Amino acid sequence: MNAARKLASVVVVAACAVSLGANWLAPTGYAKQFREVPNAPPSHQHPLGTDEVGRDRFARVLYGTRISLLLAPAAALVSTVLAALVGGLAGYLGGIWLRLARGFTDLFLSLPWLFLLITVRALLPLNVSPLVSVLITFLILGLLGWAASARVLSTSADALRNSDFVLQARASGLHGPRLFLVHVLPNLKPVLYAQFWISIPVFILSEANLGILGLGVAEPLPSWGSLLRELEGLISFREEPWRLVPLLLLIVVLTSFQLLLSNEEVTA
Amino acid sequence: MNMITTGRRAYLRLLFCFALVCFALTSTAAFSQSGGELRFCLRSEPKTFDPLLVDDDSSLSIRYLTGGVLVRANRKTQDLEPELAESWKVSKDGKQITFKLRRGVTFSDGSPFSSEDVAFTMQRLMDPALHSSTGDAFRSGSGAVSTKIIAPDQIAIIFPAPLAGLERLFDQVAIMSAHSPKKEAAVLGPFLVAEYKAGSSVLLRRNPNYWKKDSQGHRLPYLDSIRLDIQSNRDVEMLRFKRGELDLINVLDSDYFDRLAASSPGLAHDAGASLDSDFMWFNLVASAPIPEYKRAWFRSANFRRAISQAINRDDLSRVVFNSHAQPAVGPVSPANKFWFNSKLKAESYRPDAALKRLQTDGFHLQNGALFDKGGNAVEFSIVTNAGNKPRERMAVMVQEDLGKLGIKVNVVTLDFPSLIERISQKFNYEAAMLGFRNVDLDPNGQMNIWLSSAEDHAWNPQQKSPETAWEAEIDRLMRAQASTADPKKRKENFDRVQEMVAEQTPFIYLVNQNALSAVSSAVGGANPGILSPQTFWNAERLTVNASTRASR
Repeated sequence: MNAARKLASVVVVAACAVSLGANWLAPTGYAKQFREVPNAPPSHQHPLGTDEVGRDRFARVLYGTRISLLLAPAAALVSTVLAALVGGLAGYLGGIWLRLARGFTDLFLSLPWLFLLITVRALLPLNVSPLVSVLITFLILGLLGWAASARVLSTSADALRNSDFVLQARASGLHGPRLFLVHVLPNLKPVLYAQFWISIPVFILSEANLGILGLGVAEPLPSWGSLLRELEGLISFREEPWRLVPLLLLIVVLTSFQLLLSNEEVTA
Repeated sequence: MNMITTGRRAYLRLLFCFALVCFALTSTAAFSQSGGELRFCLRSEPKTFDPLLVDDDSSLSIRYLTGGVLVRANRKTQDLEPELAESWKVSKDGKQITFKLRRGVTFSDGSPFSSEDVAFTMQRLMDPALHSSTGDAFRSGSGAVSTKIIAPDQIAIIFPAPLAGLERLFDQVAIMSAHSPKKEAAVLGPFLVAEYKAGSSVLLRRNPNYWKKDSQGHRLPYLDSIRLDIQSNRDVEMLRFKRGELDLINVLDSDYFDRLAASSPGLAHDAGASLDSDFMWFNLVASAPIPEYKRAWFRSANFRRAISQAINRDDLSRVVFNSHAQPAVGPVSPANKFWFNSKLKAESYRPDAALKRLQTDGFHLQNGALFDKGGNAVEFSIVTNAGNKPRERMAVMVQEDLGKLGIKVNVVTLDFPSLIERISQKFNYEAAMLGFRNVDLDPNGQMNIWLSSAEDHAWNPQQKSPETAWEAEIDRLMRAQASTADPKKRKENFDRVQEMVAEQTPFIYLVNQNALSAVSSAVGGANPGILSPQTFWNAERLTVNASTRASR
């Protein structure tokens, strides 16, 4: 592991640790409105100032990081499992199953994602708590985000199906689920890991996109998406540079993920 | 002696020449203001250039600048002023209006203006096949609207039933030529459409035949042209204004306003409370898919009033709009000088009184949470449109205010089509927060909201018969004010409507936003007001100084 990857691991671990310690680091919480000081600059009481309704931005960044960093991997896990089931199995079975799965994933990939997300989000029940809404948002992202990974996995599984060791296993009388679980799936692991790591920044950005449209995590819960919305209408960076902190954090964490990911890809 | 006389003569000549130069300079002062191009943005593509079919903001702006009307409501004083009609008279029964028209007026293409054009415009406007929303305002009862040409400069328009505030409605009717082959391109207003590039811009040029002159006898308008760039992005609009590429921003958000006021204080204008209001309401539709116990809360005037008392409107105005908004009183903004009921005051923030009011309905606090008499925790959702930041912030503040009463509020932002579907078709919502952009001073403009049978009766629309006694009474009062021409009686009836709305609180009015605008220092004669179009209502008297613009 080179120095850059080591640094990236430190950044990701530090971001996770700090966000998990949000309760101690920012005891005022993310929702309390200090209405006497809306849009305040950084101060001793509010290290990153306050937002438009007077909420402590430092607390919101910490809690928002926690939500995005915990739930994006969870959504990535859901999508990778789905991709393994659809793509891995289709590749392993081959023939018509493979053609059907590829057609289905191609169709899924061609769907207008953003509009699909907006439609699904609008169909959800209204009276859910912010926490449930954030879980639902990331679950939707996970359920809708499997197709690209499934395509990669189906190709890998297809290649494995025709590999010498699988042919030899077949010749030895190994068939069905046992062949898939014992010989195919373990060899798909590096691809699965790579797909998992790739999905994390994708889901973080997807939630941020939804948040920018005002359709992400419900108020008053913060997320990186809702924090990035604050940058709308910011004409000069010099006016309030502290408002850029969520953006910088997003860039740093995503870059760190990419650096770690390149390591996984090499492994894959 | 001669020398003295000669010297005196020379001095007098010099004085005379100086006086002549001064006179010439002052007399050309107005002309030195003439010319130039005013530039500002339309926020969407104009949907039509037909003045009788106008329904969107951009087309309204173009109609205002190009259309000639019989009477015009002064956007500053709110009084009605003669334009193409020198005078008018409404009959005692309120069914007929007779206009005496200005003589010697011609359309932009040179064709003469007469009562035939007014008759043609009214006939076309009232044609059911045209589906004109401007025409809908004139439909007072069953039967046709007829016109009677008394003389080339005199016309009577007869309606099947009395129409309250009749003369004001003509502010929206741009007169079209009955004979010109150019149809809607022949106009009577100060400007005419010279060029339209779809998706890009509309260029208006001075109407060479415009009839109006200033007090010194100079023909109006002063401007040569107006360039309207089609630009929906407000960030870009503000950047272009700051660069000096635009001269006006008609409606400004409070965030932008403060930034502009900080950097260029003279360019930002706050004209005070506008007619627009933001408000929330509860779903009272009987068939709505919401639990019965929640419907019972929402249907209680006590509950609605308590929610209203628990909202801190001063904080909403100060925090969300940076004090560029006023706590709203009711359906009429205090900016509407004649129709506002001055006896009413904005609901003040009284959480203790709100709690007491709720307790009279059997609600009680338990471990910081509010429960109804059936033991159900008080929780509801407020839907609002995604992307409207002030409204989203207001919803978050209402969420916290009501949280102090133990009420759990879930704020849900939806894309606009989904929101409209929920609140007007499926009724699958509990509470909603939206706003009205009010352009009409007259209460008749609100008939579509207050009549229980109306589509926009948001809390319980399209009722076959009024479901509550207070809605029946509001129906009666609104119809009564609409069927009399007596302004005093109309005012009495509409004042009572405002009082009933305050008592029953079907809408919880939150704030009236201020009319904020930006006007470049290059523009002369601007006097921004609260009524639309805020900055260019006196476009014919505006001037642009190109050198000032270049130096910005």
